[in-house]
Amino acid sequence: MEPEQYKKVDLCRRIVQAKLFIDRHYAENIDLEQIACNAYFSKFHFSRLFKKTYGKTPHHYLTQVRIDNAVDLLKQGMSVADVSFRVGFDSSTSFAALFKKHFGLSPSDYRAKQLERRAHFAVNPLHAVPNCFAERHGWKKSNIQ
Amino acid sequence: MITKVTHMCIYVLDQDSAYGFYVNKLGFKVHTDAPMGPGARWLTVTPPEQPELEITLFLVKEGGMFDPETTRTMQDLIKKGTFGAAVFTCQDLMATYEELKGKGVEFVKAPTKEFYGYEALFKDDSGNWFSLSQLNTEK
Repeated sequence: MEPEQYKKVDLCRRIVQAKLFIDRHYAENIDLEQIACNAYFSKFHFSRLFKKTYGKTPHHYLTQVRIDNAVDLLKQGMSVADVSFRVGFDSSTSFAALFKKHFGLSPSDYRAKQLERRAHFAVNPLHAVPNCFAERHGWKKSNIQ
Repeated sequence: MITKVTHMCIYVLDQDSAYGFYVNKLGFKVHTDAPMGPGARWLTVTPPEQPELEITLFLVKEGGMFDPETTRTMQDLIKKGTFGAAVFTCQDLMATYEELKGKGVEFVKAPTKEFYGYEALFKDDSGNWFSLSQLNTEK
């Protein structure tokens, strides 16, 4: 490998490590400086390279990971306060505001809708499946309920 | 007028293993995971930034549309890597390649420059192969 190419691969691996650091530690009180430091970058340089690689700043990516994990926990029925704590937000108020900005509804409304959806599919599983698949596969109401 | 693709189907050999591959390795989101009677399950996932496209991880096993001969044939063809199921894109192929390789994804073609950008090929846990591309952005 040419020295220039080696340098490029090394940079790329460090950025990937930083992303994986966020994926693993999103629930903790981590900040940009800590993430950059973990990948041996200065804050500014890191932020620029991260955005070039993933299309969003490390801060935006961290927020996205927290929101994605919050969605999974809300779908399981966890309370909004517990979810906000579990995914690393400082307060449930800031979590709720950010969530609403992303999805256009509050986390508690989202949770209620998801639980309703789950309960509906538990009683009517075929409603989750386009009928063409269900028919071709021989899934009938009588077989499933 | 057709407007969008809402569902596509990938035939898999084991849904638990496919769940692990698509969700834990590729980072896809589970859309629906519903039991469909004994031994059957409707499992769909979505690419991380395309929540409106449900990818059905459809188990190939005897029953319904699969008679015994079709099942064996399908299973053999999937294992042999006959089916190229989709083209995925990413912002930075080298970074995605490094990450997925680190998670144990098997690549059959390392990132290579093509006329439309960069491309690598990987296989899922059943044997289906996919193109992973970073498309040229310049017009």
